Amino acid sequence: MERFIHLEATTCPLGLANVDTDQLIPARFMSRPRSEGYGRFLLHDLRFGPDGQSLGFMLDEARHAGAAIVVARRNFGTGSSREAAVYALWDFGIRCVIAPSFGDIFASNAVKNGLLPAQVSPEDAETILALLEGAEHPRLKVDLEDLRIEIGHRSFPFAIDAVRRLQLLNGWDDLDLTRRHAGEITAFRARRIAEAPWILPG
Amino acid sequence: MKQARTLFDKVWDSHVIVTREDGESLLWVDRHFVHEGSHHAFRQVEARGLPVAEPALTFGVADHYVPTRNRPAIDNPEIAGMVERLSANAARHGFRLFGLEDPDQGIVHVVGPEQGLTLPGLLVVCGDSHTSTHGALGAYAFGIGASEVAHVLMTQTLWQRKPKRMRIRIEGTLAPGLSAKDLALHVIRTIGADGARGHALEYAGEVISALSMEGRLTLCNMSIEAGARCAMVAPDTVTFAYLQGRPLAPEGEAFDRAEAVWRGLASDPDAVFDRDIALDASAIAPLVTWGVSPEDALPINARVPDPAEETDPARAGYLQQAIDYMGLEAGMRLEDVRVDRVFIGSCTNARIEDLRAAASVLRGRKAIVPGLVSPGSSRVKAQAEREGLDLIFREAGLEWADSGCSMCVGMNGDLVAAGERCASTTNRNFRGRQGKDARTHLMSPAMVAAAAVTGRLTDLRKLAGG
Repeated sequence: MERFIHLEATTCPLGLANVDTDQLIPARFMSRPRSEGYGRFLLHDLRFGPDGQSLGFMLDEARHAGAAIVVARRNFGTGSSREAAVYALWDFGIRCVIAPSFGDIFASNAVKNGLLPAQVSPEDAETILALLEGAEHPRLKVDLEDLRIEIGHRSFPFAIDAVRRLQLLNGWDDLDLTRRHAGEITAFRARRIAEAPWILPG
Repeated sequence: MKQARTLFDKVWDSHVIVTREDGESLLWVDRHFVHEGSHHAFRQVEARGLPVAEPALTFGVADHYVPTRNRPAIDNPEIAGMVERLSANAARHGFRLFGLEDPDQGIVHVVGPEQGLTLPGLLVVCGDSHTSTHGALGAYAFGIGASEVAHVLMTQTLWQRKPKRMRIRIEGTLAPGLSAKDLALHVIRTIGADGARGHALEYAGEVISALSMEGRLTLCNMSIEAGARCAMVAPDTVTFAYLQGRPLAPEGEAFDRAEAVWRGLASDPDAVFDRDIALDASAIAPLVTWGVSPEDALPINARVPDPAEETDPARAGYLQQAIDYMGLEAGMRLEDVRVDRVFIGSCTNARIEDLRAAASVLRGRKAIVPGLVSPGSSRVKAQAEREGLDLIFREAGLEWADSGCSMCVGMNGDLVAAGERCASTTNRNFRGRQGKDARTHLMSPAMVAAAAVTGRLTDLRKLAGG
């Protein structure tokens, strides 16, 4: 997994609340193989009309070209468990989403793919959005070591679960960590089946 | 003296293999359900070259993409490929598959409880957010993403941080004609679509005790729409009666031994919750959603919100965008909203009790808009046909189809056309959920049936009265 330490990048002030995973990637694209890249499917129905023409959505505006950070309002990534929502963000080039709250499953999926879900207070989200909207070149600096977001001379704190922070900083993979506990897993399995034999069905 | 524990604490504790210093716990998984949409995860397993760790605890169900008409043929080659890949993975790794031609096939969250695979005290996961459904039986059940599905396939374990505990007690009596769906929408509109985020939710109170297992499944199913990590109901006589005789549940003495353990799972009387909320069910009217989030729910006799009356500009903007997407007018009566079609189905509301509730409204009446009924499982379908419910739906003019996720998510091609408005028993009214530019109004099965009869959002109580 790719490490996330700090990032300075063009930022798109999306500003939407309740950006659900059906918007992040509509279900009809999810049978496609990842090898094609999922970037074009990101927020597809907000970005493209019936004939595939661009609707001029802010993500596609010239001033946001190359954006690697988006800022949204509350409850980003709410909805289904589709990890494809993260694949779409990642393949588009997004490495960090800043919002006052995230869907739990989305936040977990994000970290497992190296994408930072940075939680800010609702007030700070409003301030950051206003600063970005007024900026000629909307850019942010996100520092995961210090848990700070910088825009111009302004600085804002953000939160992320301490373990997830370490995973992102180190690019740790869950499976490698789990395999160190192989012996404990085997012992637990035997105990679990002895105590609750009904876990083996039929 | 032992510390008082909640239902969630007890199930959590019995699954912890190891807890790291940083607070993350490695948990044992008792049940892993996979579906044809789990292809990303199987590809990760293949890339690692590892076997499935516990095929006897892994169950495959074909539901997300399967056709609901003219089975077992699958016209779309992309979908046929996905269903075949699931079958191939089941064969290669040796786990039980509820495939397209299996008489026990259905939607995973209907099949698990119905087969007796979902039991109290189990840890249940699936690569689908509505896995919260299974908590109705007192299981700790939650949805996971593809990376976690792959991790469970390879290790039968998951890393988790213990969520906070939240209880919602619902007292009073639910008015006639109202159902668990109205309860669920009431909870979500009260606490918000992220109101239970980061929490393990337990439902308690006299309304929950009186609720059937089907109703509890609906309520726990919708809890993810309030952001809950999982939702649970303590196992009781309703639970045990439901489980008796299920095909894969323990039998005889084995059942009795299990039941003795399950009886001890209820929260201790002095257990402490991080949040404790009390709601009164008596005041609830039938609810429908008007907007694009399940929290956008209102009593049927209400009006569409007016952004001009909103002081917070961000909120006003949200309301206006939702109204525009939904093709409504600010301040219009919900009962004046015309619908183009109805859908009765999904893991939320397609169990036998749901079909009975809808059929009781449609009996002797005609739907004036088209609609689709997709039972929650092939078993539910067979049961409904034994009861003659299929005839009621057909005579009312609705289409009676096979089981799958169908028009809830539209992956199989059962879509609501752009600009069309659907009264739906499903769980998400997100933009584009039932099809690009489709408009979804969530409500109970009886309310969907009422909307089918009048062609608009309808107060079921008025229909019954006149």
